[in-house]
Amino acid sequence: MAKSQSASLDRKKLMADPIMVTTIALLIVFLTVFILYPLAILLVDSFVSETGFTLDTFKRVLALPNFRRAITNTLKVGFLVGIASALIGLLFAYVEVYVKLRTRFMEGLFRVVSMLPVVSPPFVLSLSMIMLFGKAGIITRFLLKIYDNSVYGFWGIAIVQTLTFFPVCYMMLKGLLKNIDPSLEEAARDMGASRFKVFNTVTLPLILPGLGNAFLVTFIESIADFANPMIIGGSYDTLATTIYLQITGAYDKQGAAAMAVVLLGITLLMFVVQKYYLEAKSTATLSGKASRERMLITDKSVTIPLTILCSALAIFVILMYICVPFGAMFRTWGYDFHLTFKWFGQVFKKYKGFKAFKDSFILSLISAPITALLSMIISYLVVKRKFKAKGFIEAVSMLAMAVPGTVLGIGYIRGFSGGLFGSGILQGLYGTGAILVIVFIVRSLPTGTRSGISALRQIDKSIEESAYDMGADSFKVFMTVTLPLIKDSFLSGFVTSFVRSITAISAIILLVTPSYLLITVQINEFAEKGAYGIACAFASILILITYGAVLIMNLLMKYFGTSRRVQTND
Amino acid sequence: MAKEKKGVRLEHISKIYKDPKTGKDFYAVKDAHLEIEPGSFVTLLGPSGCGKTTTLRMIAGFESPDEGEIYLGNEPINALTPNKRDTAMVFQSYALLPHYNIFDNVAYGLKLRKMDKETIKRKVTDILGLVGLEGMENRMTNQLSGGQQQRVALARALVIEPGVLLFDEPLSNLDAKLRVSMRTEIRRIQQEAGITAIYVTHDQSEAMAISDKVIIMNRGNVEQISTPQEAYYYPNNKFVADFIGEANFLKGKVKAQDKVEIAGSDISCATGSLAVGAECDVVLRPEGAILGDNGVIKGSVKYSCFMGAYQDYHILVGDTLLKIQEYNPKNKKIYNVGDEVFLNFEDNTLYAL
Repeated sequence: MAKSQSASLDRKKLMADPIMVTTIALLIVFLTVFILYPLAILLVDSFVSETGFTLDTFKRVLALPNFRRAITNTLKVGFLVGIASALIGLLFAYVEVYVKLRTRFMEGLFRVVSMLPVVSPPFVLSLSMIMLFGKAGIITRFLLKIYDNSVYGFWGIAIVQTLTFFPVCYMMLKGLLKNIDPSLEEAARDMGASRFKVFNTVTLPLILPGLGNAFLVTFIESIADFANPMIIGGSYDTLATTIYLQITGAYDKQGAAAMAVVLLGITLLMFVVQKYYLEAKSTATLSGKASRERMLITDKSVTIPLTILCSALAIFVILMYICVPFGAMFRTWGYDFHLTFKWFGQVFKKYKGFKAFKDSFILSLISAPITALLSMIISYLVVKRKFKAKGFIEAVSMLAMAVPGTVLGIGYIRGFSGGLFGSGILQGLYGTGAILVIVFIVRSLPTGTRSGISALRQIDKSIEESAYDMGADSFKVFMTVTLPLIKDSFLSGFVTSFVRSITAISAIILLVTPSYLLITVQINEFAEKGAYGIACAFASILILITYGAVLIMNLLMKYFGTSRRVQTND
Repeated sequence: MAKEKKGVRLEHISKIYKDPKTGKDFYAVKDAHLEIEPGSFVTLLGPSGCGKTTTLRMIAGFESPDEGEIYLGNEPINALTPNKRDTAMVFQSYALLPHYNIFDNVAYGLKLRKMDKETIKRKVTDILGLVGLEGMENRMTNQLSGGQQQRVALARALVIEPGVLLFDEPLSNLDAKLRVSMRTEIRRIQQEAGITAIYVTHDQSEAMAISDKVIIMNRGNVEQISTPQEAYYYPNNKFVADFIGEANFLKGKVKAQDKVEIAGSDISCATGSLAVGAECDVVLRPEGAILGDNGVIKGSVKYSCFMGAYQDYHILVGDTLLKIQEYNPKNKKIYNVGDEVFLNFEDNTLYAL
């Protein structure tokens, strides 16, 4: 049996569609040049010297005590943050899905918590942690009269990262819990199991893979995080900050490349386990919708402690966010609580605030629609079409998810500062706004693609086939059928990528040149100097922008979204 | 209405798939060799997994054959993409475009053919009249019932005046009553439009009701191509006999061209091309036997149940349990469980395989 004829016919059919072929070719080039190539360069850098293959660079960096310490530091923080976030996320998800929440207030709290990770710039919590619990912290200094409390270091990073990442776990686990058929638990109750026993023997085993999934996702986020360890780490260095210092402080590009390879190795390993082992498992055990409404727990001995615990945590997180605009309005945090606008004034008058906001805004606004469109095209190709390079496109665009920003940044420095392979080709790109836009795109592509893929999977394949059959070519099908049907996903991809870009720091801090001022880089700079007033003023405006973007997205979806109409059409 | 009726010819078409579990290749369709006359209504019929939908999708262009060539009219179309083929398909799930209203759904193919607005409007109105949806132009697809959505899907396929109309189990999402009325409707519209139609279904009564010819498939193989009557009266093999209607099989031996010996008695039976003396399976349809107190084959009643139109029996003959239905039971003797009964056959009712 030879399958050669169908393969060659499929190829001929594909070739008869020049727009599609060009798109695929361009995508492959883009993904290769801007994702694979910079990573490959890191490998070359760290394994090849003038004399050929060598392990010397690795031996050298591994001999550095601060690098070895950074590895253990990173893993320790990652494990703790992963476990803590997964557990807190589980608590929130469980309370939302299983426990009767009495008040609108509680519902509001949960909604805010679920939205925070979307709108929040990554290092906001570090800022407020320092302002609440640091040496001049309101809580430590003024409420508890502790004058020498240090929030810097392991616990600072761990707490801030946990509070930053647990909402992601909460959202993931909520989806899983909702999919459990209530009759499974009712059956266990019916056979005489106590509520605790039911949780232990039915609910928990069912979501265990999902819990592991949440842990690994957070773990990856934590060890890839650059901004928080930078601000609140103090002398406690993690891999991301060590790599950054190795290249900006020690100017050791080879060493930084080798360190980046180590960090990439860890995240890739976790990513592969998460993607190919746990993700499949956690969806396989829980497919389909719940058959009917769940009986919510109303037992006061359960509801009261759980709701109090959740509200306390939620309020605490919200308090930390509120702290930021206040930090920007007090004359001197910790000493002089007179309200003032001088920090905001300084942002714009003294520190070129307008330029910073304009640059960040424009670069993000350029990259957002490109990212959204690209991710929709990739999703369409992956879900709806079959061709040889499909596996490559899917794998590489997902791979970008596992690449820490710092690693990507080093890869771009090594890969593009002298042009492709040092040949000078594309050298003109380096140091321009274009390369920043490309980094923004690469960094947001995986999230957009993932949401596009899940949206498209829900659309009956025959809808596109029917359009194709009526005489539309691939381009027409995509424009008149696919895109209108996943408009919501496109819009949210647009806004998410905008928000991610405008709040990004890890990769671009390595690539930005003085001709561009970016808000996040400014915040980082002022926070490091201890100029919290200015940093908070920048951050408050940034939060306003991102929050505004999300509001606009919700409005757009309400008025232009299609999904509701599509969903009711069975 | 159609500009040109086109026939379809499949020349030794095969399609190979990989079994996802074992990783082994297998034939989803094997050496399908058939010709569909212009203007005829042909059904691809078989149980699920028999390759009927794969065959249809190869004609539409969504799948590519691994062996053989498909002709539309006289044109080989293997390398053409679906949008370049003169075919239009009605999908099982209707596949209407949910973001368009009815008018835009039907007009979609016409717009792609760059027709002017007036023509499009006229054609859409005409075709909606033909399928009985006049005045529904501005409705959204989710405001229609399943049957109406199916009509829109049909109108959308018809309006581009394709050479061949393809149906992929179009009625399987409708309830039983609607299925029956819709299939008559589809047949009427196909006749009126005078278009070649290829229809995929697993429902043999649907196939019988609408087809000029049925192509019966099993496990990738074409088992029989004939009119529905031929398939019922003269099945090619046990599979066809069993799949089209219900069948009992009696062991027999060919005695002469029109005689078979069953359980020691010589009985009138068509034998086709079987040689005298050959062992054979005789096909007995449930309505093909007449019960009486004496006759050629003896059996005992194991089950007897009144069904209204007929009395349903299970009768044990030798070691074979036969399913027999006697119609119009009111005027006939009813046998009860445990009774002894004899089977008689009219001439020309049995067929030996």
